[in-house]
Amino acid sequence: MTQTATRTPILAATGLVKTFGHVEALRGADFELFPGEVLAVIGDNGAGKSTLIQCLSGAIAPDEGHIFFDGVEVRFKDPLQARHAGIETLYQSLAVSPALDIASNIYLGRELRRRDVVGRVFRMLDIRTMRRLAEQYVRNLGIETLQDITQRVEVLSGGQRQAVAIARAAAFGSKVIILDEPTAALGVREASHVEDLIRTLRDRGLAVVLISHNMPSVFRLADRIHIQRLGRRIAVVTPQSHSMSEVVAIMTGAAAA
Amino acid sequence: MAERSTVTAPERTTPVGRRRSASAREMLRAHPTLGPLVVLVVSVVVFGLINTRFFSPANLSIMLQEVAVIGLLALGQTIIILTAGIDLSVGAAMILAQMVMAGTEVNSGVPAGLALIIGMLVALLTGLANGFLVTRLHVPPFIATLGTLGVFTAAGLKYANGQTVNPPQSSVLLWSGKLLGTGTFRITTGVLTMLAFYLVFAYVLGRTAWGRHVYAVGDDIEAARLSGIHSARVLLSVYVIAGLIYGVAGWVQIGRVSSASTNISPTLNLDSITAVVIGGVSLFGGRGAVLGTLLGALIVQVFQNGLALAGVQELYQQLAEGLLVIAAVSVDRWIRRETRQ
Ligand SMILES: Nc1ncnc2c1ncn2[C@@H]1O[C@H](COP(=O)(O)OP(=O)(O)O)[C@@H](O)[C@H]1O
Ligand SMILES: [Mg+2]
Repeated sequence: MTQTATRTPILAATGLVKTFGHVEALRGADFELFPGEVLAVIGDNGAGKSTLIQCLSGAIAPDEGHIFFDGVEVRFKDPLQARHAGIETLYQSLAVSPALDIASNIYLGRELRRRDVVGRVFRMLDIRTMRRLAEQYVRNLGIETLQDITQRVEVLSGGQRQAVAIARAAAFGSKVIILDEPTAALGVREASHVEDLIRTLRDRGLAVVLISHNMPSVFRLADRIHIQRLGRRIAVVTPQSHSMSEVVAIMTGAAAA
Repeated sequence: MAERSTVTAPERTTPVGRRRSASAREMLRAHPTLGPLVVLVVSVVVFGLINTRFFSPANLSIMLQEVAVIGLLALGQTIIILTAGIDLSVGAAMILAQMVMAGTEVNSGVPAGLALIIGMLVALLTGLANGFLVTRLHVPPFIATLGTLGVFTAAGLKYANGQTVNPPQSSVLLWSGKLLGTGTFRITTGVLTMLAFYLVFAYVLGRTAWGRHVYAVGDDIEAARLSGIHSARVLLSVYVIAGLIYGVAGWVQIGRVSSASTNISPTLNLDSITAVVIGGVSLFGGRGAVLGTLLGALIVQVFQNGLALAGVQELYQQLAEGLLVIAAVSVDRWIRRETRQ
């Protein structure tokens, strides 16, 4: 922990402001994520957690404030640029395409082309390879209810769709993985698979941002906990420094940070 | 509240009881081209039984030739509708393009090959105009193309100046009217061109990343954007490519009647949408295939031709077409219901 404090954050932000009409979703939010850590972001509904990570992932542009990737100020124009930097995001909305199948969704926006002439000249997709790899990614998640990779996403349950979106983020993130309420629609067993996955990702050296309402899970996984309240980061604590009830008290404003 | 998300039971696949009642819908949802295929086969058999002349090679040839132009227009329309858009300017764009092709050759003395290219450029510009309105000015496609319908129509009339232009026999502009075949079964190179375009776009939409992105943008544009797709770029390319296809349709139209004039069927716009809808392509975007549209165009043609051969008044042909559209859209709504939770 003391060691992380001296390192450069892989992803950081200062003074982020974002308003939607009259709603001030972010009012000067700061953020710091260090390499190789799991940072939990918690806060009441409407605290601006999703808006914060959407600014970090290039999904929306903040009105004010600065974002730094690996110490350099960046301004991601769209999610694709953040993706190229190695940031993968699971959005709360999941951002899946219902009419496309699971494999197509996992590879959406980064389709593999065949390496032969047909691929180069006629731009033919390598559907077989994409299906094979997508199947592996899904299998790594350990979610057995996802069996047929060629199923269209619209026929899946909410939890299964969430699993597809998690598999996609986990498969392609190379530096940072942002998970916005990844287990909200999952059952107990599936949620514990996701916990395992998050540990695996951290062990691989990735930094993980985990937005969650599940306190026991947050306390099991997080190295540090970012507490968001009314559009600002009001405290950063660790599972060692604070108890669950203390954290909830800070989060709800019942206790000072 | 902390335990909230852990107490939900694991979600499984659809309960068995519901699965059976939903299976027909599921089938149609997975294979949107199945419906039109059945309709086409049944109508061909029925009309063939009513009047044996229906199956004569000469009649089949005529039907195919009739379907060449509308087939191409409906192909461009399909790509746009797949993105959850619509194009009301198809017919006007095609007429403008063909007037420019024939006019630059005959009236301005430009070599036919160059005239063709100029006409295609104009077609491209019509698509660019629609795409610009939709992606840059964020005008809804229905309104944008309603506006350009007026603009392109006026431009076509102005350029044609009431003339009918007849390119010389040797002109490449008449190439698509060339007849091929044996005996009384004869199709034109225009028909082959149309079929070739369908093959190409079946491939492009089904087997390339661009095709996937077209579907994704039509399915859920925000999800596509978050997945790293340049939605605006995809949309713009769709309108431009559709414009080019309308240009080809104009070329085929000149070959079919050996002349270019602004007096072509005023229902081309709606006919192209009819073919798309009957072909099982969803007006809500993201669903359907170009093969369906081809079947849809053929179904319309088979109904018109078959009912005419059966001696049915023209008003009933229109009635039949209208009912087909209503049936197709109702089926589409039914297929799409209950898909999202
Ligand atoms: N696209 C949007 N348009 C309008 N208001 C929004 C939008 N996104 C978020 N908000 C508002 O901003 C506030 C913060 O939302 P959000 O970041 O989703 O909170 P959280 O994820 O912490 O629950 C809420 O009041 C929400 O209603
Ligand atoms: Mg949220």
